[in-house]
Amino acid sequence: MKPECAVEKIIEEGGKKIVVCDTTRARLLPVLQDVQDRKGYISDKDMQQIADMLGIHPVEVYSVVTFYSFLTAEKKGKHLIRVSNCMPNVMKGSEKVIKAFEKALKIKVGQTTEDGQFTLEETGCIGMCDRAPAIMVDNELVGNVKPGAVKKLIDGLSKAKKKKAKK
Amino acid sequence: MPMRQGPVIFSEIEPYAGIKKAIEMGSGAVLDEVKDSNLKGRGGAGFPTGLKWSFAVIAEAERKFVVCNADEGEPGTFKDKVLLEEYPGLIFEGMAIAGFAVGADCGFLYLRGEYRSMVPMLEKKLSEMRTGGALGKKIMGADGFDFDIEIRLGSGAYVCGEETALIESLEGNRGEPRNRPPFPVNTGFLGYPTAVNNVETMTAVPHIIAKGPGWFKTFGTEGSSGSKLLSVSGDCEKPGVYEVPFGITVKEILKMTGAAGARAVQVGGASGCCVPKKEFGRKISFEDLSTGGSVMIFGRERNMLDAAENFLRFFDEESCGQCTPCREGVPVLLEGVRTLKRGECTKGYLDDLLSLAESMQCASKCGLGQSAPNALVSIINGFKGDYKLSKKIKEERAFHG
Repeated sequence: MKPECAVEKIIEEGGKKIVVCDTTRARLLPVLQDVQDRKGYISDKDMQQIADMLGIHPVEVYSVVTFYSFLTAEKKGKHLIRVSNCMPNVMKGSEKVIKAFEKALKIKVGQTTEDGQFTLEETGCIGMCDRAPAIMVDNELVGNVKPGAVKKLIDGLSKAKKKKAKK
Repeated sequence: MPMRQGPVIFSEIEPYAGIKKAIEMGSGAVLDEVKDSNLKGRGGAGFPTGLKWSFAVIAEAERKFVVCNADEGEPGTFKDKVLLEEYPGLIFEGMAIAGFAVGADCGFLYLRGEYRSMVPMLEKKLSEMRTGGALGKKIMGADGFDFDIEIRLGSGAYVCGEETALIESLEGNRGEPRNRPPFPVNTGFLGYPTAVNNVETMTAVPHIIAKGPGWFKTFGTEGSSGSKLLSVSGDCEKPGVYEVPFGITVKEILKMTGAAGARAVQVGGASGCCVPKKEFGRKISFEDLSTGGSVMIFGRERNMLDAAENFLRFFDEESCGQCTPCREGVPVLLEGVRTLKRGECTKGYLDDLLSLAESMQCASKCGLGQSAPNALVSIINGFKGDYKLSKKIKEERAFHG
């Protein structure tokens, strides 16, 4: 059972639950988050379609996409690694963690690896200051990250991907 | 229930004890009890919760909404994360009581995007509560009281923790704060009266209703009833979340967390203020040191200008850019602290920086810009040994456009 709120309706179509909006603007963020999750970015065409669906101008969608740091108009890596750079993390050595990621992935902060697998970013506080240095790997929060463990973490993510592909 | 212990929030309570009693008492009595408890907003601003709700009650509208602000983004704050992970039922119960008191049938939990891995767990809790009759139609069998909760995710914007920016975000807009007044209790989500409260405030509500405002007021100080959750980080042996009664001194916190060598404590996160050692007798309360929960401890070897620079870099990233004092002021302060670090800042330039800080504090549109200079100002004033001013008069200059 889902809440009967003003702005959301869920219908079943072909055995799949789909969020259908009663085309109110208030659905914009959840729709964009959904696209971002599935594709890793929100293309111009997506923005156009979403704008049509909600009856607003595409540039309004664009202005929202560019406002939020977790929504992007450019394609990012399959895995997104965000290293917290808030003060308690800096105090516990987040800069070394960033350097370790840069070395292991052979990219700089803000870049994506050539094979499109990883994007490395810095972010503000992620609520893990008691377990600093902390990072966000895709949707998961990971604390007490040691620079020496970075390589293993990346290998783990790459392997998980290959395993899935084999299945 | 998890094994945490504390005076109020972490004290024992039967599930649904608050909502059951609220329905027995009636909405007017619930409002009176919350007012009487002197509960103030735990997000840091400290607005009296009962008063806020009463504005939403008297506002005339077809619908009303309740929003729980779980966009905890203040650097060094992670106490709401603990509540969301370990006490989600109590938060939702508090929201339902708020809905009952103000006459809302729908609530939103605005959860910061960084905490999205919690969503399946929270959704599970919500459906458990619907099955248990604590959410949905006719809550606890009460005729005419329907209330349900929808989880909405943020997308990595600190400013959305500001209540009007949060509402803008819920409405599908850029998270740019609105002018206040009108306040959300009159003109909130989609223009309807909306009560926005912090996670910790919502969690305190079932306790207050179940155990009474008199019990609640036995903790804390005269102006700050109850307890506060602190998230302690930095140079200490035992970082983590602590529930303490209001009125606790900084010194006591340092002792509790094993931070004997501290030289400074940043209270209230990047937007809070920095307390030097000689002021460690100050108290955590709305009257003295107000905080949303963030307590960062700095050891002997730390230079506080590094902290000021880190905080300003954060605001530079997170300023929404809507109003001029904040958008233009933050980069100037950031450059200023860097000049200060390099030892190139003259007395005149420093005075200009402080004057700019004051302009930002009074002229910025929302709390972000108003509080962005706080840390820098308190560090400039309280840690004069951490920087040296340049004597070069000829380089002295005022700001220019």
